[in-house]
Amino acid sequence: MDQNETVRDFLVESSENLDRLDRDLVGLEKNPKDREAMAGVFRTIHTIKGTCGFLGFSKLEKVAHVGENLLTRLRDGQLTLNPERTTALLGMVDAVRQMLREIESTGQDGEIDYPELRETLTTLQTPGPGDAGAPAGDAEKVVLPPPGMKKLEQVESFPASKKEDPLVSAEKDPVAGAQPAAPSGRKKSDESGRKPVRGKIGAALVDRGAVKVADLAVALEEQEKGDRRRVGDILVARGLAKAEDVTAAQQAVETKLRDTAPESIRVGVNLLDKLMTLVGELVLARNQLLQISNTVEDAGLQAVSQRLNLIATELQEEVMKTRMQPIGNVWAQFPRTVRDVALACGKEVEIEMQGKETELDKTIIEAIKDPLTHLVRNSVDHGIELPEVRSKTGKPAAGRLMLRAFHEGGQVNIEISDDGAGLNPERIRKKALERGVVTAEQLARMSEREIMNLIFLPGFSTAEKVTNVSGRGVGMDVVKTNVEKIGGLVDLQSTLGEGTTVRVKIPLTLAIIPALVVTCGFDRYAIPQVNLLELVRLESDEARTAVEMVHGVPVYRLRGRLLPLVYLNRELKLSASSHGNASSDDAVNIVVLQADDRQFGLVVDQINDTEEIVVKPLRKQLKTVKTFAGSSIMGDGKVALILDVLGLAQRANVVSETRERSVVEKTASATDSSEGEQTFLLFAGLGDSRMAIPLNTLARLEEFPVAQVEMSGNEWVTQYRGQILPLVRLAVVMEERRSRLRALQAPPNPDSGPLQVLVMHHEGHSFGLVVERILDIVEARADVKSKATRAAVLYSVVIGERVTELLDIPAILQISGISGAAAAAAARNSVGVAH
Amino acid sequence: MDHTSQFCTFYLDKLLFGVELKTVQEVIRSLEVTQVPLAPQVVSGLINLRGQIVTAVDLRRRLELDPRPADVPAMNVVVRSDDGAVSLLVDEIGDVVEVDDSTFERPPETLHGAVRIMITGVHKLNDRLMLVLDTQKACEMAADSVPAMG
Repeated sequence: MDQNETVRDFLVESSENLDRLDRDLVGLEKNPKDREAMAGVFRTIHTIKGTCGFLGFSKLEKVAHVGENLLTRLRDGQLTLNPERTTALLGMVDAVRQMLREIESTGQDGEIDYPELRETLTTLQTPGPGDAGAPAGDAEKVVLPPPGMKKLEQVESFPASKKEDPLVSAEKDPVAGAQPAAPSGRKKSDESGRKPVRGKIGAALVDRGAVKVADLAVALEEQEKGDRRRVGDILVARGLAKAEDVTAAQQAVETKLRDTAPESIRVGVNLLDKLMTLVGELVLARNQLLQISNTVEDAGLQAVSQRLNLIATELQEEVMKTRMQPIGNVWAQFPRTVRDVALACGKEVEIEMQGKETELDKTIIEAIKDPLTHLVRNSVDHGIELPEVRSKTGKPAAGRLMLRAFHEGGQVNIEISDDGAGLNPERIRKKALERGVVTAEQLARMSEREIMNLIFLPGFSTAEKVTNVSGRGVGMDVVKTNVEKIGGLVDLQSTLGEGTTVRVKIPLTLAIIPALVVTCGFDRYAIPQVNLLELVRLESDEARTAVEMVHGVPVYRLRGRLLPLVYLNRELKLSASSHGNASSDDAVNIVVLQADDRQFGLVVDQINDTEEIVVKPLRKQLKTVKTFAGSSIMGDGKVALILDVLGLAQRANVVSETRERSVVEKTASATDSSEGEQTFLLFAGLGDSRMAIPLNTLARLEEFPVAQVEMSGNEWVTQYRGQILPLVRLAVVMEERRSRLRALQAPPNPDSGPLQVLVMHHEGHSFGLVVERILDIVEARADVKSKATRAAVLYSVVIGERVTELLDIPAILQISGISGAAAAAAARNSVGVAH
Repeated sequence: MDHTSQFCTFYLDKLLFGVELKTVQEVIRSLEVTQVPLAPQVVSGLINLRGQIVTAVDLRRRLELDPRPADVPAMNVVVRSDDGAVSLLVDEIGDVVEVDDSTFERPPETLHGAVRIMITGVHKLNDRLMLVLDTQKACEMAADSVPAMG
């Protein structure tokens, strides 16, 4: 390889590493026990040292070398990282950085070789008070063994200290290991072959508390006397340690060793995209083969195609994974962003992150970066108050910015919350009127939450002064547009004086989405699941009467509210013959969809199934057709179009006509249950009782055949949409007698009918509640309440003249062990607005 | 002989057309077409070309010829365009011909309208004329070819 290129790679890599070193060292100072971080720091310096030796930068190598020696002893626990040592090590990092700069500009590592720094680093290798204890002897000789026989002498001079502290001797080998130049006498090579594991096992055992330091010393002494057995074996033989502890420690050490080996390589994104396309084709070919093999009586062919089926599925999953990246990659820049913005406005802000490891498709990560940055800046700039204002209101001077990401129902939620001033609904109202965004009449009917979300409308900025950070009237609407572009949603909740939470919901990937496949005319259409609310099927008699007309416009009464109906075949101008098709079935299939913030019912000929579909964009010849978002290839190789629900709604004029109605609807559903009507799902409880949950807590109703239920410990689980869904049985949750409970922990009876399952998502937990029988969906005022008489029940209400127990979902999660106790308590307060 | 070019030829309503061979990706028999409702009329639909979704353009419609009789299955001439592959639906595939540049002539003045943009000229072959089609232009959907949307 070209020497220059090697140097350039070295410089790039090293400067990345040095930045991390700064951070790690500061972190280690606060938490010196973090051995992982210490090992990381050590590796970085070791790599730099090794590479400069190879490239011939001797001065740089010298500096890195003394640093490495100090780090070795710190890593091995012989020394403790005190502020003095941290400062010296940071000094070394600066020196290395300086020299790298020198190399970059002149190609040489400069004239200075930092004698003082090296002196300090060397001196600091002498253990002082507070260190784990170490030989008081010639420290420099220990860590800087000159080549040749002296190395051996020094090894032999060690036993004296070994008796004092076995850890030191047990761990000293890595020091020698860092000096592969040492000559290999027979004894030396013999030892180094075994020692990395042996030495660390002693320490690992002591760390685990499985062995006393004194006992380890005895074992080491034994070995010193010529016992060729391993330390662990000696300890076990003497009854000083348990065999299983030794095995466990050994495994731990070995895993650690394996983990340190680099196991990733860089691959071009283009290649991954190409792979993704090819896998898509493979999957289709597989689907076609499966169809053929089903029609051919050939056991061999069947077996092979089944096998191909499995492999293709797995391959597809793995290739998808290669495109996934943790959201932490985007977040990594936020501490710096927050620091800069906070500094610029004279604020103090602490940033906290949860769920950094949550993974998203690469393309989504890229698309979400700017909107998130904007939201973070906004929170610091507008949300969090100045320290003096905060102190006055009794808040800590430093504001808190919390980033949270988690998966929920095939989507990723990202929350950005601050404990700042919150939004002032009065000011938003005033501003909205001033700007003419809404009329006074509309405003009067809006819920608080809707008013808050007005700030996402174009040209809306409530900042009192325009700062150079944000507040130029652009922003929130751009955030919303960008998030919606990738099929996401933005929602904002705020309490005046307490803070603001913006929640961004985005799909995991744009490449493959769950969709409902429907038939209309002779073709199939896919409807993205994110737009789907529910399905309604009107059978023969109902079909004729339930669809009513408002001056020629068809509507359906969905739980008492008028739902405008859109006939897909009419909207798409499909031929009349297909129209006849629809009526021959005598049933009306309504797909209730959400477009923007309005609902409408789409009437289709037939509802097929939900499927994961691979989204392919439409070419420019078809870009003018706003009704379709893309296309996809179905299992039989035919192409199906993906409906753009918003585009369709606009075409059918759903969007403008029902604006006011939707406002009313939202207001109604947002009101507290004690004031108005709420919709409940009724189901049979234990014995003769009736139970209910608010319908808005329900994600879906499903029927699972018993054969699909698997056991995970004592729990029932099933595979659902690529995830493991814990099944919580109402009978178990409600059972208070422990003796009966045990009987219920058995697997389901294979002969029983399919399970009725209410699938719910709650605070990031998905679960299925298994009930005996689903009774009805009713609207009722839940205002006659009485206190709960048992766990898992919120309270009893009278619905339809019968006492009905309302389930306490957080409590169920807690009883069944799905969520922690604290989470349940917090979640209970928000149950009204969940989902 | 000055310079020659190779053309892939096909028939549309008895006319012989040629497209530059280097723009042609492949030629395949009729494939199942999924119709795209509300799409411009010249778009006959979408086809699945080994996992790739390709727009099929009905060349008869695009060139303002009479519609293809129902009993004539269309052939696909898949050409590369700026925006990925596009399939041109034709009646029948002809030979690959190599023609001398000297036989080329601009289209007659009397040929006008939208078609003139797509037909760059004519090669005078021994027995008949071959109309040279600009595939790029043929794949472009001019705004005026979009039917009025309700």
